[in-house]
Amino acid sequence: MTVSTIGNPMTRVDGRAKVTGRARYAADFNQPGQLYAVIVSATVGLGRITGIQAAEVERMPGVVALITHRNAEKLAYLPHKAGIDPATGERLHVLQDDTVRFYGQPVALVVADTLDHAERAATALRVTYEARPPLVDPMDPKAESIVPDTRGRVSPDRARGDADKAVAGAPVTLDATYEMARENHNPMEPHATIAAWSGDRLTLWSKSQYLVNEQAEIAAVFGMPVENIEVICPFIGGAFGTSLRTWPHVTLAALAARQVGKPVKLVLTRKQMFFTTGHRPRTLQRVALGATNDGKLTGVVHEGTGETSRYEQFMEALTAVTDYLYSCPNVRTQYRLTELDTGTPNHMRGPGEASGIFALESAMDELSYKLGIDPIELRRRNEPEKDEAENKPFSSRSLMQCYALGAERFGWARRTPEPRSMRDGRLLIGMGAATATYPAFHAPANARVRLLADGTVEVEAAASDMGPGTYTSMTQVAAETLGLPPERIRFRLGRSSYPQTPSHGGSWTMASVGSAIQAACIEAQAQVSRLATADSASPLYNVAAGELEWSDGRLRRRGETTGISYREIVAKAGAPIEADGSAQRDPEVAERYSMHSFGAVFAEVAVDPDVGTIRVRRIVGAYGIGRVVNPLLARSQCTGGMIGGMGMALMERTVLDSRDGRPVNAHMADYLMPVNLDIPELDAHFVDEVDPHVNALGVKGLGEIALVGTAPAIANAVFHATGTRVRSLPIHIEDVLTA
Amino acid sequence: MLPFTMEKPESAEAAIAAAAGGARYIAGGTTLVDLMREEVERPERLVDINALPLGGIRVEGDDLVIGALARMSEVAADRNVQRLQPLIAESLIEGASPQLRNMASMGGNMLQRVRCPYFRMLDAGCNKRTPGSGCAAIDGLNAGHAILGTSEHCVATHPSDVAVALVALDATMRVRGPEGERSFPIEELFRLPGDTPHLEHTLLPGELIVELRVPGGPYSRRARYLKVRDRASYEFALVSAAAALSVEGGVIREARLAVGGVGTRPWRLRDCEAALVGKRLERPAFEAAAHLATQGARPLQHNHFKVELLPRTIVRALEMAGEVA
Repeated sequence: MTVSTIGNPMTRVDGRAKVTGRARYAADFNQPGQLYAVIVSATVGLGRITGIQAAEVERMPGVVALITHRNAEKLAYLPHKAGIDPATGERLHVLQDDTVRFYGQPVALVVADTLDHAERAATALRVTYEARPPLVDPMDPKAESIVPDTRGRVSPDRARGDADKAVAGAPVTLDATYEMARENHNPMEPHATIAAWSGDRLTLWSKSQYLVNEQAEIAAVFGMPVENIEVICPFIGGAFGTSLRTWPHVTLAALAARQVGKPVKLVLTRKQMFFTTGHRPRTLQRVALGATNDGKLTGVVHEGTGETSRYEQFMEALTAVTDYLYSCPNVRTQYRLTELDTGTPNHMRGPGEASGIFALESAMDELSYKLGIDPIELRRRNEPEKDEAENKPFSSRSLMQCYALGAERFGWARRTPEPRSMRDGRLLIGMGAATATYPAFHAPANARVRLLADGTVEVEAAASDMGPGTYTSMTQVAAETLGLPPERIRFRLGRSSYPQTPSHGGSWTMASVGSAIQAACIEAQAQVSRLATADSASPLYNVAAGELEWSDGRLRRRGETTGISYREIVAKAGAPIEADGSAQRDPEVAERYSMHSFGAVFAEVAVDPDVGTIRVRRIVGAYGIGRVVNPLLARSQCTGGMIGGMGMALMERTVLDSRDGRPVNAHMADYLMPVNLDIPELDAHFVDEVDPHVNALGVKGLGEIALVGTAPAIANAVFHATGTRVRSLPIHIEDVLTA
Repeated sequence: MLPFTMEKPESAEAAIAAAAGGARYIAGGTTLVDLMREEVERPERLVDINALPLGGIRVEGDDLVIGALARMSEVAADRNVQRLQPLIAESLIEGASPQLRNMASMGGNMLQRVRCPYFRMLDAGCNKRTPGSGCAAIDGLNAGHAILGTSEHCVATHPSDVAVALVALDATMRVRGPEGERSFPIEELFRLPGDTPHLEHTLLPGELIVELRVPGGPYSRRARYLKVRDRASYEFALVSAAAALSVEGGVIREARLAVGGVGTRPWRLRDCEAALVGKRLERPAFEAAAHLATQGARPLQHNHFKVELLPRTIVRALEMAGEVA
């Protein structure tokens, strides 16, 4: 009888460590004799450093070093680009010259004996500049859009049929532009790095969603062997993508530690987390739809432009969903970039897809009113049988089942179609729906399994757990595969020396690392089988491999009860049994199918007709994501994503002062995110979906899709409540005041 | 943060003597410490007044008396406050966050600094922080700024919620200083920015807030505070309104009305109050009165919406007050 742990709502294996404070985050790894570094950020938006009054600051109490471009060591900055780095352009070289490319760029680093001393000196440092006005507003007439250089990764322009002509000639058309504000990730844990050199070896305790790349990037920056660096990060206090790349502060910590010859700790302030650690780019999109009178799409045009820096072309899948989401013979998508004097954006939860689908799903909602067709029915009439862009079948697609399940749980049938037709007392009530989708990615990953003589198992991978529950879900995969209770498994992650894994993002951790762990477990079992069947003293001596079966920590001949335990086999072997496993998607299968997750999100809002306050009352999501490894964790992922989507819809906006490019609301009191009182009843459901193609575990990923679709569902609900279509996120009180 | 010394006197006399010599009082520290960490405030000497006997809440006749050191959360939860002056309790609950309310004192709340983002940025012009350095907000991002009482030198709003309620209720403040004690209407504490925005209040050097006194009135229980903002908690008001009504036979006999989020100080609306008196407790009267609130409003580039939102907030607050049983 097999112990089944996949699919169980197991509580977090690291829950006790987290709530008792034993979980150690990057900044908790204080080193003996460590010094403290504080970054001095540029106070102009563009220009050149003309003076640094170093002497006064170097004399201040406790100051050990003031590092600027004048005295910083010249770093190698060897070419290195991971998948998460922009393909085109070159990363910011920190403290290597006098150029200021954007407001907040690091221009100096103070190292002192205490944090207080370092902060005081950093505040006291006077830097003078020759400043020019930066261009930070993509709506500025001087801003120009460029065709991104994707280096062959994926074309920025895609088309089938003649979409513009089809739209122009359609009986019913819609042509609208949508805008979305810049967002910053704002995880609870700030970026933090402690760097310590021992000879030519470097240890980095550093917040990272991609340890092996942090190791490789710092090796490239310093021109040193990768194997001389170890990155350690067992816990992450939320990241949402901001720790995918290795940002300049990691370089600065390592640089300072080498320069002063002691370990150095560098933690960014909340304000600094709005400068050099990426952001969701502000986007401007146009969607034009053409449809027949009965709601069949005849043409779809989706043009999107995102902001990027002057020195790197950050790209995201802004228009990609439009290529495959609905059935239509004429589709044209186009992606452009606007280069601005800001830091480079990066991926933020549901990147690209979340922004793009706001435009597409708002437009679909607008079209449904023009047609007088229920918004869900409109999607049903355009449900494709295959991915029409790739001309491939979907490996699985349960969108209509998601709409059916979600509509039932939400009570969509109670909705009256007319805007402003639903009230609760004096409040206007609106109900909206939107599609969610995200690719089911997979990347090559590795893992190691070690069976120990005490009957426990160690599993290792250089993965991360930014909150989804990687520790727990991977434990479940190993326990299930080895036929052991989860208490016997100890899964370790967060060290770059563990077997290599891809970045902890893109909703591919379970697909990739989980599959690798499964493979390593299977390999360990094969080793155990060989030992047990080759040993003349074993009860399984000479039993054929096909006759063997695994359960409850024992290997036995099929149909028999006794067999032999792992413990006995390992004891006999005299040493732990270690097995490596790796997994990647079968390229032939990948070529044959289009692989995506789908979902349907429903939101109910209440709008005060007098003062315009918008409150979300309920969100219900239904998702088809393949196999659900842990329903408890999956639900938690979904509710977190919905809250992020609420922020996108109604609150989050990084506002830049166009005079000097400074973010004026770089503070948790001013950058609004939902607080407890804003967060209503959130409900997530999963349709039964078996996808045998995506990977051996049958999982499609969940972290990203949980945010995608929430913002347009809310925006559509706001329209239903008020009759005012707001095409710019976040929707604030002033936008519905005239409703 | 710059180095500073701190003393903790046991008597008001000792505290006043220290402060008269240039030290700053600290109670809850929720504004001061925050700003000291960013070096927006740079006091060299602090006088911790938490040991002084300035706490407590008591009832004297029709008056509610609130000690300067009473914490926001304590006042909000006080049964006498809820019974006699529910407007104060409601405005406190709408302010800040639970953690801040547990620390912040009522006296300190009156003196909290503005929330203008440029005030907090040492590399931006701010006449309030650094006189003569200019106002970055006037031509900058000013959606949250004031439309009433502004000057060419400062457009920041006063951030307090409970101060709006206290101003509406004609509360007075008792202070003690080197020259002895004095009392005055709380409204007189707050200065308009004019050409001296760095001077925010009328306290004399060394003066210590002792207590706040709120007189009871026939309008005290029919009173509501409405705070309009984009999230439900932990955000400063875009617009807020404190409304208190005395009604007899469906006719308004007395009205108290003050608004927040729109003025450079808590903004009492006496013209609106006068326009309500003698009118029936109905929306047309509220609308006619609220219309007067924006007289003299000077919106900036990004806060025009407040001119629309202000009367709507007043109307709704009056409706809410009128609905109080």
